[in-house]
Amino acid sequence: MNRALIVKIIALTVWGLLLFAPFLFQDVRQIEVAARICVFIVLVASYDLLIGYTGIVSFAHVMFFGFGAYGVAISMKHLGAGWGPWFLGLGAGVVVAAVMAVLIGLLSLRVKAIFFAMITLAAASVALVLASQLSSFTGGEDGMTYSVQSVFKPATKILTDAEGKVLQVAGVRMNGKVLLYYFVFAISAGLFWTMLRIVGSPLGTVLKAIRENEARAEGIGYRVVAYRTSVFLIAAVTAALAGGVYATWLKYTGPETTLSFAIMIDILLMVVIGGMGTMWGAVIGATLMVLAQYYLRDLMEVAAGATANIPLLPDLLSPDRWLLWLGLAFILLVYFFPAGIAGTIMEGRRK
Amino acid sequence: MGKLDRFGGVFLLPLIIAAVAFVLIGAPSSWLTLTIAGLSMGMMIFLMASGLSLVFGLMDVLNFGHSAFVSFGAFIAASVLAYFGGWLTSGNIALNILAFTLALAAAITFGAAAGWFFERVIVKPVYRDHLRQILITMGALIVAEQLILAVWGGSPINVPRPHFLEGTLIIGQSSLEIYRLFAFVLGAVVYAALYILLNRTRMGLLIRAGVENREMVEALGFRIDRIFIVVFMLGSALASLGGAMWAGYETIITPALGAQMMVIVFIVVIIGGLGSIQGTLLGALIVALMQNYVGFLAPKLALASNMLLMMAILLWRPSGLAPAVK
Repeated sequence: MNRALIVKIIALTVWGLLLFAPFLFQDVRQIEVAARICVFIVLVASYDLLIGYTGIVSFAHVMFFGFGAYGVAISMKHLGAGWGPWFLGLGAGVVVAAVMAVLIGLLSLRVKAIFFAMITLAAASVALVLASQLSSFTGGEDGMTYSVQSVFKPATKILTDAEGKVLQVAGVRMNGKVLLYYFVFAISAGLFWTMLRIVGSPLGTVLKAIRENEARAEGIGYRVVAYRTSVFLIAAVTAALAGGVYATWLKYTGPETTLSFAIMIDILLMVVIGGMGTMWGAVIGATLMVLAQYYLRDLMEVAAGATANIPLLPDLLSPDRWLLWLGLAFILLVYFFPAGIAGTIMEGRRK
Repeated sequence: MGKLDRFGGVFLLPLIIAAVAFVLIGAPSSWLTLTIAGLSMGMMIFLMASGLSLVFGLMDVLNFGHSAFVSFGAFIAASVLAYFGGWLTSGNIALNILAFTLALAAAITFGAAAGWFFERVIVKPVYRDHLRQILITMGALIVAEQLILAVWGGSPINVPRPHFLEGTLIIGQSSLEIYRLFAFVLGAVVYAALYILLNRTRMGLLIRAGVENREMVEALGFRIDRIFIVVFMLGSALASLGGAMWAGYETIITPALGAQMMVIVFIVVIIGGLGSIQGTLLGALIVALMQNYVGFLAPKLALASNMLLMMAILLWRPSGLAPAVK
């Protein structure tokens, strides 16, 4: 059987589960997990465009995500909860992200990959500090809560039965919350599909050529800096859109959820776990990591409780230390399976 | 530019910045305080950044985990100082100095040992593969930060300063903290020692030759990977020393220290140019002076100033002010 097909089937199964998530998983927390997976698939796939397809290492991806989220959040907070402010905020976030991406790209994509990594890291940290400091505008460390469009409120009845009550389909109430989930799902799926098309297009082929041999791509006549800048721009805009959608879902935006370095690390882990340079891998990586984030901690809590009498071990096993184990797993993964899950399946046994 | 080069070229930049700041600030006493603060901060940052720059220059290895050595140095020094707390407050200068030396020595020893481990286990398998280097050293940084959280906890830690470094020196109307003067002197001594090591010894000759052309040095029969381990350990020991000094300078440290310093260290090596300690010193001084002056003149701009400075310098010189010949 075609090995690439296996990866696609796994990824499409995940998408299928996500499509029916409100019916399959009716717990509030589980639907939270499903929405987070949707958004992170987009975020990770757009990052894969950079790291996997073009060989650009950027640490500013979370900054673009944050621009989108903060755009929506600030607009909804100050202008009220309607579609007008929503589009305005999202548009502003996307424009800021695009301008920053072009600036950073033109300024620094000509230098070595390693310089670029450092410059984006510095830019992202400045953005994070700014978001925490300008508290009158961004809500500072605490972030902002706001209400979203009334159609997305849990009290809103989307479908009603004959008596005017909320219609229940397979035991699920067709209210605004479900609609909001499908809103998140549809945009995420659309963006993911767009990125699949980009990767399969002639542009994607050029990007791969640049990754494999920059000098040669330049020699054939492709303007490497222009291509790099444009893919950086595409990835930044996609991340900003994902950020705006996530801000709508959470009804809260703060440095912890949209700008922090921890999220950047999450994205990196997801890309590497899923497999760099395989769009489908993003689905696998994001799903596994988000599941681990939510459920590994529970498991670790049990483990910490079980080893309470042994010195140091409970400290290392406490749920707050889950990044420690993830970091170790990450290092081992980069050593032994640099192609990630999707890449390893596709390669098969040939070594 | 040619004329300027005769007088030191880009190395005049800190002087120019200081002169401009002198005019803008207007008050000589506050200018002197700020300049000394900037110079001592610059020297501590130089300690942290020099290793990163050399390691990259010699082996083309960029260690994103470098700031872990800084944090570990800071926390170990803080623990040792806290352990000898009685000696620090006793007023006996000999005991004071002994406790402080022990703290710095502990940081340096740990830095060197951790550097050896890091080089062997983390970096060695991914020589010459930049992407995996960045990923793996990033992973190591995560693990190191989590270990610090697990061992020392997340709350801020007070760092006791030795008695003999407390207090201020009053010259005219400006007050100079003794600790800062000491940090400046220590940094200058380390720079001088590094300079002599690199320019006056056989070892230094090999290191410089390796930075310029690694393959040629290998072809001549020198084991450059062994030299590299030594440089790596030296660099991480210096980073730990810088962290230890920084802990005393800040007097309150949190586990976020490493991440904060990482950004500054990166800006410094980018500005200075990778591979040369002169460039690193130059970058460290420029960044620290700017930070102090701008922090005084326009506190709101202080955050962005270093970023803007880096952008401007990269536009002017894409590989930094004084990179090693490559």
